[in-house]
Amino acid sequence: MADINHHIPESLLQAYATGSLVHPFALVVAAHISLCTECRAGLEAHNAAGGAILESLPDEPVSDDLKVRILDQLDAPFKQKPVYERSGVYPGPVMEALKGAAPRWRRVGMGVRQSILSAGQDGSVRLLFIPPGQAVPDHSHNGLELTLVLQGSFSDETGRYGVGDLEVANQDLEHTPIADAGAPCICLAATDAPLRFKGLVPRILQPVFRI
Amino acid sequence: NQSTVQFSEQTTLMLAVRDNRDRAAFAALFDFFAPRLKGFAIRSGAKGGQVEDIVQDVMLTVWRKADQFDPQRAQVSAWIYQIARNRQIDVMRKENKPVPEELHYEVEDEPDAGQILAVEQEAEHLKKAISRLKPEQRAMIEQAYLGELSHQDIRELTGLPLGTIKSRIRLGLEKLRHELRGIR
Ligand SMILES: [Zn+2]
Ligand SMILES: [Zn+2]
Repeated sequence: MADINHHIPESLLQAYATGSLVHPFALVVAAHISLCTECRAGLEAHNAAGGAILESLPDEPVSDDLKVRILDQLDAPFKQKPVYERSGVYPGPVMEALKGAAPRWRRVGMGVRQSILSAGQDGSVRLLFIPPGQAVPDHSHNGLELTLVLQGSFSDETGRYGVGDLEVANQDLEHTPIADAGAPCICLAATDAPLRFKGLVPRILQPVFRI
Repeated sequence: NQSTVQFSEQTTLMLAVRDNRDRAAFAALFDFFAPRLKGFAIRSGAKGGQVEDIVQDVMLTVWRKADQFDPQRAQVSAWIYQIARNRQIDVMRKENKPVPEELHYEVEDEPDAGQILAVEQEAEHLKKAISRLKPEQRAMIEQAYLGELSHQDIRELTGLPLGTIKSRIRLGLEKLRHELRGIR
């Protein structure tokens, strides 16, 4: 298990546990928990609180036949949802988003590649492949950005992030993550708004690459 | 040793479902949880036929995925809460909530009765702590865990009295981790 120094902030973990986190962020949180015992324990604690609330709710009488209907179905065959196992550096939830296939990388310039897992109204989540020494273009954020390292490491103004580490950036942070020497850095990155790049060229390219 | 230790009624019922596929035990869990799950579904915004469909899906998942119930990590109500939350998101938002990988255990690992009791005890402490809150605070926590607050609302929440249970569960899990082989 990797030595993880940057974890899920409390409010995000609670939002994930209670289901109020949009899909792109929920995917990053689920991927981090797959790698991190400490945050898994934190999630269990939130589930314990949820369970206590559930137990304390007043009874809402159910239909007379609901119990019989359910008992009748206990032996019925059912379709099991496929379980996606970890593959290489990609945790199970990422493999699920990839539907079990390898990432389809697209070049975004300067040797950086990306594979978009989903993009929509709730934001987007993608895999980034950054060669050693290469920077992700200087940018700021309209909202929240979560970046989870899956291979290699990167450093920016706020510190160094290795495998399993999660960087949380908001609109106040302008940063230039640079992949460290060694293996190429592979990250899972989610934003709830399009990234705004400062340089002219990246801004022109933004609609093309949906960054 | 499991046979000499007295677990809570819910844990005992759920272990009977998991290990012996005990239908009477399942029916007893239904009697307690189904009416509460129905209230949960309504509070979370389910409508009409959706409400009991969710109750049914959750209870069937409890039966079908019973092998994933691990009293060393979670109390019955915590485990069912998680199933219900995920199911509601799947139904209401028509998307699958991403879930972490399951922990992989070595089959020969004996369950640790002390650990199970510790998890039960912490859950009991937590329940008491919640019941002693001021009404407004309690309402806030209820809203959060029933999915009535947005992520933004939750960011502004402070002072949830969960610190103690979290650090204890963390310690418990740390201990568990050392006992388990085969965890990646
Ligand atoms: Zn963590
Ligand atoms: Zn950024």
